[in-house]
Amino acid sequence: MQGNTACAEGALAAGCRFFAGYPITPSTEVAEHMALKLPKAKGVFVQMEDEIASIAAVVGAAWTGARAMTATSGPGFSLMMENIGYAAMTETPCVIVNIQRGGPSTGQPTLAAQGDMLQCRFGSHGDYSIIALSPASVQEMFELTVKAFQLSEKYRVPVFLMGDEIIGHMRERLTIPDSVEVIPRKKLETGSLPFKAGDDDIPGFPTFGEGYGVHVTGLTHDERGYPAATNPPAHERLVTRLVRKVESARKEMADYRVTNPDAEQVFISYGAPTRTVHQVLHDRPKDGIGHLQLRVVWPFPEFSLAEFPDAKAFLVPEMNLGQISREIERHTDVPVLPVPKIGGDLHTPAELGKALEGSR
Amino acid sequence: MSFRDWYRVDRLPTIYCVGCGNGTVINCTLHAVDSLGWKWEDTVFVSGIGCSSRAPGYIKTDSLHTTHGRPLAFATGIKLAKPGLHVVVFTGDGDLAAIGGNHFIHACRRNVDMTVICMNNWIYGMTGGQGSPTTPRGALTTTTPYGSGEGVFDLAALAVAAGANHVARWTSYHVKELTRAIQTGLETPGFSLVEVLTQCPTAYGRRNKLREVSDTVEYLKDHAILLQKYNRLTAEGKPVPEDMFTVGEFVRRNRPAMGVPP
Repeated sequence: MQGNTACAEGALAAGCRFFAGYPITPSTEVAEHMALKLPKAKGVFVQMEDEIASIAAVVGAAWTGARAMTATSGPGFSLMMENIGYAAMTETPCVIVNIQRGGPSTGQPTLAAQGDMLQCRFGSHGDYSIIALSPASVQEMFELTVKAFQLSEKYRVPVFLMGDEIIGHMRERLTIPDSVEVIPRKKLETGSLPFKAGDDDIPGFPTFGEGYGVHVTGLTHDERGYPAATNPPAHERLVTRLVRKVESARKEMADYRVTNPDAEQVFISYGAPTRTVHQVLHDRPKDGIGHLQLRVVWPFPEFSLAEFPDAKAFLVPEMNLGQISREIERHTDVPVLPVPKIGGDLHTPAELGKALEGSR
Repeated sequence: MSFRDWYRVDRLPTIYCVGCGNGTVINCTLHAVDSLGWKWEDTVFVSGIGCSSRAPGYIKTDSLHTTHGRPLAFATGIKLAKPGLHVVVFTGDGDLAAIGGNHFIHACRRNVDMTVICMNNWIYGMTGGQGSPTTPRGALTTTTPYGSGEGVFDLAALAVAAGANHVARWTSYHVKELTRAIQTGLETPGFSLVEVLTQCPTAYGRRNKLREVSDTVEYLKDHAILLQKYNRLTAEGKPVPEDMFTVGEFVRRNRPAMGVPP
């Protein structure tokens, strides 16, 4: 099965029943598969007039209780930024798939990149936190899409599936489990204020049409949901909680794979370059090379670096000019060596071998 | 119930300036909604950004105060995902016709089952009085200090051309007609636009020789011409003054619509 199709299948398995999107290469197959399957699953597919409207419709649907998703790439992702901030501010569960392509601008519509890793974290204005997952295979396109919905429903936050053209268009064997865990959205308890959170910082969800009479606004709001835009303490309280509810749970939601924890030279990868790292480890079994594969990239699991106590160098192959390598640098004293590659081709094993030599 | 029962009383008074027409439009809307016996639990008000878009915050139903220009896209998601909900959108001329213009024509084209009430005051009120796509030629605003030189959108005509099932235009003076038009909009399956010309004495009136609140309302009353009368006069080849604008029902039809409850 193709990666993009596996993503759509994962969404359906996770209970997604609303998809709004706009055609854009190389993500379109996600929308096409949802258009085919959703009507048969009593769901709704709608092709909107642009990506701004797509994410808006997804947020609207989410407030009716639906699990909702959109899929896009570079330019469309840029258009979504304002309403992604709205989703973060209003604590709307939703999943945004970005099958990354070369940028900036129209760039390379048919070739892979990982150039949006910082944009997905910081792209909308203001302070907020999100969750981003990075699949490295067709199987992970399925699994991590399911996980995206689970995390989104639990933490009431936009969750990004940050794929790329290689993984999206590649075809591999996919094993679909008989069932996947579908996490029900925690409802608002009657009598509670709609934006008042308990110890976990996550308020219960007041679904539209169930008599809550909730006012939802992108303005800074108090615990009643009422605008409090000129109230500095209310803003500090709200935005701090929005960030804290994600950042303080990063151990709980961490998802990474460790190979050879005793290694001195350690590759850190996410998404497509993971595959080249696997090849290098396979080709050089006696070299004791370490590997950390991040499946959850944001919130960044800085504690995962401690899995390699003997590390002398972290090598970070990325299909960008060094985005996550910067994040790694600020969490460790071990030298971090970016192995950037842009242009659309995946790193070759020889290129990673050369980086290994250079790190000795 | 009475229209008063729809208000979120603990949020009153509103942020609207003295003499603003928006309160009149909200009252008319709630009268219409109430007269149909709708339940507040099944009704959702949606809005974008601007003075008009603060309205849902004063109504006790579920409400979504969204981003600038995008309320129709959010509302589309709500209505398609849960057709059993009644969806009403408050918007303004800047929100609907400028930044939200593309969503506007596409929501009309899809004919999504919702009622959109556009408070058209010819100006960006909340940001202090800048020109909008409906600012009349020659009018003074903070961004047209020498008089607006741009053409004007006819929102009702645009909605008709784009495929809406119901389109009407009235003013904040014509409260009875406006309430009835909103009622018709709420009852019509498919997309309904009710454009309401309304006064903004603070940002528009005082710069355009309509200083008193009643000046604009008088202006709206004197310059409104019923659509049927306008059509009759033009058919007879009789002149209609250029500063008159048409009011009434522009279309009511039954094209296939989306999001209509089964």
